[in-house]
Amino acid sequence: MTSTSKVRVATVWLSGCSGCHMSFLDQDEALIDLAQQIQLVYSPIMDVKVFPENVDVTLIEGAVANEDQEELLKFARERTKILISLGDCAVTGNVPGLRNGITNSADAVLKRAFVETADMNPQIPTDVPTLLPKALPLHEVVKVDFYIPGCPPPADLINWVISRLMRGLPVNMEGRSKFG
Amino acid sequence: MKEIVINPITRIEGHAKVVIHLNDDASVRDARFQVTDFRGFEKFCEGRPYYEMPSITSRSCGICPVSHLLASVKACDQIVAVNVPTTAVLLRRLMHMGQIIQSHALNFFHLSAPDFLLGMDADPATRNIFGLIAKEPEIARQGIRLRKFGQEIIENVAGKKIHSSEWVVPGGAKWPLTKQRADYLLSNLPEALTITLKTIAMFKEWLSSCTEEVETYGDFPSLYMGLVTADGGLELYDGNLRIVDNDGKTAVDHVNPDKYYDDIGEAVEPYSYMKFPYYKPLGYPDGMYRVGPLARLNVCSHCDTPLADQELKEFKKLGKNGIVQSTFHYHYARLIEALFCVEKTKELLSDPEILSERVCRRVYVNNYEGVGIAEAPRGTLIHHYKVDPQGMIQKVNMIIATEHNNLAYNKAVTQVAQKYVKAESLQEGMLNRVEAVIRSFDPCLSCATHAVGQMPLEVQLIDSHGKLLDRKIRSPL
Repeated sequence: MTSTSKVRVATVWLSGCSGCHMSFLDQDEALIDLAQQIQLVYSPIMDVKVFPENVDVTLIEGAVANEDQEELLKFARERTKILISLGDCAVTGNVPGLRNGITNSADAVLKRAFVETADMNPQIPTDVPTLLPKALPLHEVVKVDFYIPGCPPPADLINWVISRLMRGLPVNMEGRSKFG
Repeated sequence: MKEIVINPITRIEGHAKVVIHLNDDASVRDARFQVTDFRGFEKFCEGRPYYEMPSITSRSCGICPVSHLLASVKACDQIVAVNVPTTAVLLRRLMHMGQIIQSHALNFFHLSAPDFLLGMDADPATRNIFGLIAKEPEIARQGIRLRKFGQEIIENVAGKKIHSSEWVVPGGAKWPLTKQRADYLLSNLPEALTITLKTIAMFKEWLSSCTEEVETYGDFPSLYMGLVTADGGLELYDGNLRIVDNDGKTAVDHVNPDKYYDDIGEAVEPYSYMKFPYYKPLGYPDGMYRVGPLARLNVCSHCDTPLADQELKEFKKLGKNGIVQSTFHYHYARLIEALFCVEKTKELLSDPEILSERVCRRVYVNNYEGVGIAEAPRGTLIHHYKVDPQGMIQKVNMIIATEHNNLAYNKAVTQVAQKYVKAESLQEGMLNRVEAVIRSFDPCLSCATHAVGQMPLEVQLIDSHGKLLDRKIRSPL
């Protein structure tokens, strides 16, 4: 199979713990088989720095917690045919979303970490991407085509979904996935 | 002043960028390692019951969740003030060996080996684990197998490879290890040992051809910190803190981790969401220290397993007075630790006590404060909680392994930039070397900022009047 006929896959890491990417790697030897069928075109485990054009499948981990992530998500959406929310943070906001119940949450979490627990130069960093008022699940920002819940989703489920989507087969998740 | 921006740094576990500041004469003045996202665990955990903390805080990081589980549950053990059953300690230690094996394999094979085996100047589109699968399938397969061995230890002890938080509970663990599972792990151990030994031999052979990298990738004096056993040996789960200086002299020794704040302060800079811990007696920023595999092997006198001890002797010869100061040698140290962990796994699984079914105590809130500490793959990890009489969290402070190295990252990228950045000329090889020095540390920015993200790489060269002289974006595929 030539590289041009391979399915073009991207993975994106927003505000999450990378556990979903680790679960992707937990496909272990199946990754070697997968490498015959997909071309990974963008991912935190590779050096391509610009999200490319014409991506068939994009798996996105993490909630949308700052302005840079919001911009990247919209950019990835424009360039992707099938966009997948991978894992509970992307699907529901989950752990990054725990701050959402706090009044002025962005300021409150920053103040606690960078002012109250610092003993030198306490200050809220300014030359960094601005936190959004709330950490959002992907579907509150862009249209999502497919959801894979789990914290993280198991490796064999990720493999099963990618394999089915690649072959254009229906993907019925009933009884296969759960939160947490 | 001119500025070069490399954003994002990739093949590290997290999101960061580097900004290099040039002098008017175009020489490099300094470089800043910037971490650009943040989640806020210290705040949103307030008001939650203490026993939820291992489960929540392990979500700081999907790469070393076990280390967070353990630091957190050890803080909770102090809150409930019980002696954890011996078997639970053995099982927690076993799980931690799995954690370090998988994380060190991940760094070496999946993230760093593409530089070694495909070349620092290789096409960035293929310089990754999939490129390695294509070019060196057998080596890639071995890396995948070694990481899998580590993940399977965690799964067999605690039920799940990532975020196995159900099993860990204050006062012990939820269920014992079955003989069948122990036997399964033992049956896979010889392969893991063979892969580790082969990898060390391969790396040492390769090391002789990269003296330039050794000398320029973060080769500078600093303090080193890590946990040690009572007799000064390598310790990853428990023990006391030791800090040594670059001449091998001990600055502080046998510090009870509960008192970490007597020695460690935390500073903040406006350009990063990662804090800057420093050794208080030397002040900020002079109190720069390093943690992680290199630092742990510098502070300990022995490993206490035969094969790792043999390698440690060779390792210590790379420096003066047993102190190895080149950041590049983190790679070698990491492999020696992987060997130690495989040997320890065998030792733990061979202890008859590990199959005992007594793994938990009944617990109540007895103390209102707890400090939990562990050596995560990347270095010393500290969780510090205060609770009210009902056990609801009042205050949380977490100092993450990668944060301890923050001052050293800035020093290391400055050194590499000074060597390789030629003003007004931006080359791919230079950019990758700046990233490679960061990869040597194996930073986990997911932990350190309590988050991450991705942005396009843009490299800018700006003169002292703010005029853009040159700009490059790495091409997509």
